[in-house]
Amino acid sequence: MTFDRLARRKIFSHVVTVLGGLAVLVVLIPLASVIYTAASRGGSLLLNPAFYVKLPPLPCSTIACQTVGIGPAIQGTLILLGLSGAISTAIGVSAAIFASEYRTHGLGQAISFTADVLTGVPSIIMGVFIYSYFALYDPRLAFSALTGTLALSILMIPIVIRTTEEALRTVPNSLREAALALGMSKWRTTVRIVLATAFPGILTGILLAIMRAAGEAAPLLFTAFGSRLFFSGVNHPVAALPLLIFEFAESSYSNWIAVAWGATLFLIILVLAANVLSRLSIQRMVRRMGGR
Amino acid sequence: MSSVKLTVDHLTAFYGENPAISDISLEIPDRGVTAIIGPSGCGKSTLIRCLNRLHETVPRTKVEGRVLLDGEDIYELDPVRVRRRIGMVFQKPNPFITMSIYGNASAPLRLNGRLSRDAMDAAVVHSLQQAALWDEVKDRLEAPATSLSGGQQQRLCIARALAANPEVLLMDEPCSALDPVATAKIEELVKRLKEEYTVVIVTHNMQQAARVSDFTAFLYLGKLIEFGPTEDLFERPTQSLTEAYVTGRFG
Repeated sequence: MTFDRLARRKIFSHVVTVLGGLAVLVVLIPLASVIYTAASRGGSLLLNPAFYVKLPPLPCSTIACQTVGIGPAIQGTLILLGLSGAISTAIGVSAAIFASEYRTHGLGQAISFTADVLTGVPSIIMGVFIYSYFALYDPRLAFSALTGTLALSILMIPIVIRTTEEALRTVPNSLREAALALGMSKWRTTVRIVLATAFPGILTGILLAIMRAAGEAAPLLFTAFGSRLFFSGVNHPVAALPLLIFEFAESSYSNWIAVAWGATLFLIILVLAANVLSRLSIQRMVRRMGGR
Repeated sequence: MSSVKLTVDHLTAFYGENPAISDISLEIPDRGVTAIIGPSGCGKSTLIRCLNRLHETVPRTKVEGRVLLDGEDIYELDPVRVRRRIGMVFQKPNPFITMSIYGNASAPLRLNGRLSRDAMDAAVVHSLQQAALWDEVKDRLEAPATSLSGGQQQRLCIARALAANPEVLLMDEPCSALDPVATAKIEELVKRLKEEYTVVIVTHNMQQAARVSDFTAFLYLGKLIEFGPTEDLFERPTQSLTEAYVTGRFG
């Protein structure tokens, strides 16, 4: 009797383990397939240094077609991410500090709730919202690096708020009390102790938001607009990798499609590398703190 | 004994609408150890947290009454200034986990403008020596504070509190998370600290109160039942409740 039950449990345990393993495969297959496809179609382009700095080619579908670069798109993406990263970090982290350290304040609760709702808003809405506002207010700026930055910022801010709040919440209250009891002001306690302790978590959140924004085409369609040329000021349209992929992959020109694959692979590598590097540096940081 | 350092005057402290302690009055002498004892939930931690205005930092709390430090009501002063004069050590060691041993011991020094490196070093050495931790950490001051054992972390927290050069040191069950050896070290420390500081120690351990304190206050259900010299309270209690508690019949 008891032996039977034990045997049944063992079999059940094996079945569940196999099912779990299958689920892992199902998750891994698309990822591997995406990377493989992009690498096999666009890999050769990435070997040519000119690909990273030259302008995109003219449309062409013969064998002799050129497949030069994605320089403007790389530059544009870095500019957009740098600007929107700075804006969303400043606003997002400040808002999260307020929401977390002044939790009983009504405004603090409103911030958390707003961030929750905004995280669920489709990203194209961010673009349309910024576009419609600028189209009314100053149409010359509607398609520009400025509006692209703003659209991405609105996309990133709620992510930064949520992850920062989460990180601040994991800081033990005993550390806040220790600092207050030493005669530190609330501000100093928050900056020197709470923020410092939560820093690895906050950094993770910021990088998560930047990586999310790196692949977004939708909010940029109505704002950054895309360009074949290099950056020429925040008041002009600017190129971006997702926009280039969107435009070139849809076209019927064989060299543009090839460039789109190259850009795809580059974007994947960029995001993966940022992910791995940030994880490593955050691990190191946490270890230096003596682990938690 | 000498003069009075802290006067608690009709103090009542609330969590929400419920008073955790009510109408407590007592006089804490200068340069001595005053123990606060009582069963769990009697309000001893709340009382001690009112003495450096930490109670009010918890949302939906309230304090009524007065606490006089050298005759001045601390509830009329800036709480940040009050807490620099009245240090605190908590139940669980709470060193700043992002900082080294040195960083922790020097944290309060960096509050008051810039100190020369030499002056800072000297102050850190002094407070670590006062906390009887110096010999164990002098070769690894830059190691993370979290690399220390629990007892060492608690002594680091004492050193950190002393580095602020307070007049009063509040200790909220400083040994409850520690083993007997670490506890003995801290008790030794408390006895030495009273030469220079006024120490108020909350403890659920009556033997500890008897060992280290000069005066003892017994709290029960948020009320002060008895307060007096430790010897009297343990050997000749005037209240039957006190007698029942110190003889171990309840609590």
